[in-house]
Amino acid sequence: MVTAQSQPQSRETEQYNVIGTRPIRHDGVDKVTGAAQYGADITLPGMLAGRVLRSPHAHARIVSIDTSKAEALAGVHAVVTNADFPRAADEEIDTGEGSANLRWVLDNVIASDKVLYKGHAVAAVAASDHHIAEDALDLIEVEYEVLAPVLDVRDAMVDGSPLLHDSLHTRELDGSNSDNASNTASHLQFTKGDTEAGFAEADVVIEREFETSMAHQGYIEPHNGTAYWRADGTLDIWTSTQGAFVVRDSVAPLLQLSPSQVKVTPMEIGGGFGGKIPVYLEPLAALLSQKSGRPVKLTMNREEVLLATGPTSGTYMRVRMGAKSDGTITAADVHLAFEAGAYPGSPVGAGAMCSLAPYDIPNQKIDGYDVVVNKPKTAAYRAPGAPQAEFATESVLNELAEQLGHDPLDMRLKNASVEGDTTAAGMPFGVIGNVECMTAAQESPHWQSELEGPNRGRGVAQGFWFNIGFESSAYAQVNGDGTVPLVLGSTDIGGTRASIAMQLAETLGISSDDVHPHVVDTNSVGYTQVTGGSRTTFAGGWAAYECAMDIRRQMEERAAQIWECDASDVTYGDDAVVRGPADEDGNDRQFSFKELAGQLATSGGHIVGRADVNKTSSGPAFATHIVDVEVDPDTGKVDILRYTAVQDAGTAIHPAYVEGQMQGGVAQGVGMALNEEYFYDDSGDLKNASLLDYRMPTALDLPMIEPIIVEVPNPGHPYGVRGVGEVPIIPPAPAVRAAIANAIGVHMTELPMSPRAILNATVLDDE
Amino acid sequence: MATEHIVVNCNINGESQTFLANERDSLLEALRDRIGLTGAKEGCNNGNCGACCVNMDGRIVNSCLVMAAECEGSEIRTVEGLAMGDQLTPLQNAFLEQAALQCGICTPGFLVAAEALLEENPDPSEHEIRYWLAGNLCRCTGYDKIVKAVQQAAGQSIV
Repeated sequence: MVTAQSQPQSRETEQYNVIGTRPIRHDGVDKVTGAAQYGADITLPGMLAGRVLRSPHAHARIVSIDTSKAEALAGVHAVVTNADFPRAADEEIDTGEGSANLRWVLDNVIASDKVLYKGHAVAAVAASDHHIAEDALDLIEVEYEVLAPVLDVRDAMVDGSPLLHDSLHTRELDGSNSDNASNTASHLQFTKGDTEAGFAEADVVIEREFETSMAHQGYIEPHNGTAYWRADGTLDIWTSTQGAFVVRDSVAPLLQLSPSQVKVTPMEIGGGFGGKIPVYLEPLAALLSQKSGRPVKLTMNREEVLLATGPTSGTYMRVRMGAKSDGTITAADVHLAFEAGAYPGSPVGAGAMCSLAPYDIPNQKIDGYDVVVNKPKTAAYRAPGAPQAEFATESVLNELAEQLGHDPLDMRLKNASVEGDTTAAGMPFGVIGNVECMTAAQESPHWQSELEGPNRGRGVAQGFWFNIGFESSAYAQVNGDGTVPLVLGSTDIGGTRASIAMQLAETLGISSDDVHPHVVDTNSVGYTQVTGGSRTTFAGGWAAYECAMDIRRQMEERAAQIWECDASDVTYGDDAVVRGPADEDGNDRQFSFKELAGQLATSGGHIVGRADVNKTSSGPAFATHIVDVEVDPDTGKVDILRYTAVQDAGTAIHPAYVEGQMQGGVAQGVGMALNEEYFYDDSGDLKNASLLDYRMPTALDLPMIEPIIVEVPNPGHPYGVRGVGEVPIIPPAPAVRAAIANAIGVHMTELPMSPRAILNATVLDDE
Repeated sequence: MATEHIVVNCNINGESQTFLANERDSLLEALRDRIGLTGAKEGCNNGNCGACCVNMDGRIVNSCLVMAAECEGSEIRTVEGLAMGDQLTPLQNAFLEQAALQCGICTPGFLVAAEALLEENPDPSEHEIRYWLAGNLCRCTGYDKIVKAVQQAAGQSIV
């Protein structure tokens, strides 16, 4: 049996028995013994293996597809193309962290008249094994009429640029659509005050342009999807997804099925970071299964993952910011142009709303443009849009502090958003930990230390992310031995079985080891939104709290029934003791949780607690990061020497997994800062579609990342939880940029700040 | 495109195994698709991520880069062969106690690689741990807690 490790709790959580401790996660043993079943690990009787044929071109019209030779190959059971799907309706569907047009969802799953990026799916094959399926792909004949690709966001916005979609018009600020078709899907704007008046008040104004490359979520597990379309018309899907209900509600309309005909079982998931919310393979596997009458498993290889899933937007951004000599920021003008990939829907809106949120700036104008290009359709990636937008704004703020001679944290504190402030997007802040993070960073051993040595520098940056709430479900039975199986709909990517079970245990007053959390299929639990938006411990934990309160109420009623007294005279204490009025002899009456659990079956039957929550509130998250770097002037390589991440978690339910989110976010942010980029040639061919050439940080690239958890409890949650997963990816890039500038005096204007980019900015500039 | 099948005899996790491999099967495919041991994972299928690490005749290999037919007579140990029944190894326990996994997909590869490190070097420095594990990618943890788990398993004090 697993046991809780004895670790000191923080001051904020010492009022609790379970929250703030570090129990071993319930699914841990399965995950260190190889027993855990991930999406690709499933085997079903008679199962076929499938592969997907993908476009070799970035932009082309499909003239014809001939699958007859593939279908004739021995061992091939089914081939499907877009023509096999029912015509998708022109309607918006919920896709977890946003919505999308169903027709475009289908076209991204499998191309109809045009392919819009290299790797775009064109056909899919099911065969008796994957070797035969791969052979069959070579036998499918596709005739293309190759078109000029559009690969840069600024080129795409120019009048006369080749168009990806003849039917796409720009949705303007007033809600109208542009007369002419365009690659710009929408223009959004947030304003506050009068920016020109604000700039006139400033003593220093700095304007910078930035470009960032597409970057991939980089989960280690490739996408997979297994489907079995039964003879009775019901469809079973097993997949690695962040949201089983989103898969169900995407697949059902694509195949013109009722959601009640589709059951999605979420397998263990090997990372997601937002990229495992969209459907890619599941609809193809379903149709192959319908055609073949057999279960079909589709898996991607790594090249397919990089070519055709994720990534986050490449961008062009321009920021102008002005401040008085005392450090007061008077105005900011932010221009964000985000690549959506092949279909509309970049995270530019979220980026725009986050871009200046840490600061109370009286005069702001933020413009955002969502632009299609011949690259894969972008997907959510950890705080979608914010790492890019805040890279631009934090970088200019750091330069203002440098020019004005202010400490960058002092200048942030002077302008910091606090409770009662409202962002340009109209979001009012309640109790937030913005200032507390900055102060904790200033007081940290890292900030207090001296950094010495040539080509070394220190940088700092702030990050903000909203976090979300929304729908979660929790059902729990009470077994006769006092253990509690807990049924959840949230895929567990990083320890949320534990963090949700701990909140149930805390509320019931029992050990988290007595709670047994299970992630179940879409027919076995109430609607649960995606594991994303840093919502799972927040909303799932809230559901667990309410579920536990439901159990407490029912156990009070049961005790009253046993004692033949009024339920209002019975109380379930936080110590898990149920107390009633004294008996006729004046003796106290009480049950421990286990004692009463043991009597449930014989006193009227078992009980089930249930809660379905839908929380439109959330707990905004702030983070402050400090980094020391050393730049090799000969190679342009940047080494991370020391890293401290400060973050307001609200309440850290399981501090080890909070630290893990902070450290993992830093690692991804450092990758985005220094190495990770989509490298396309002029034809739109991705030249680095492997994990050797798409260079993610290894253990050797990083030092220990020192986490400092700040706890400003969120008053909008029973246990004060804020989300923790997303905000730590935001500050690394601007902090590293500031550290590079501090080290070698060069202010970089692009991501990644790779050796090539740094040499371009230093050595090559000198020549 | 007729496919040849090859009989392979080897020892996997202490048990003699005979299986029929497709001539195109990698060891990883044979383990997962023919033998039913799905602990080793495919992350990249070209040796860059380490999720498929297994121990073959005392060396750690990326099983996606080894042909199944090459395994005739080999002794292979996978993540499923580390624990003795419900007795986890000190490294497996350390991974749980240090919270060294989030999604867990890279964990089997890290465990196999780190067990081999500790066999060869029972008291590795932090740099030696990071160098040895640089062939295993983790996208969730930032590596801190993995390195600390290896340090704990080596009996070192954890800061």
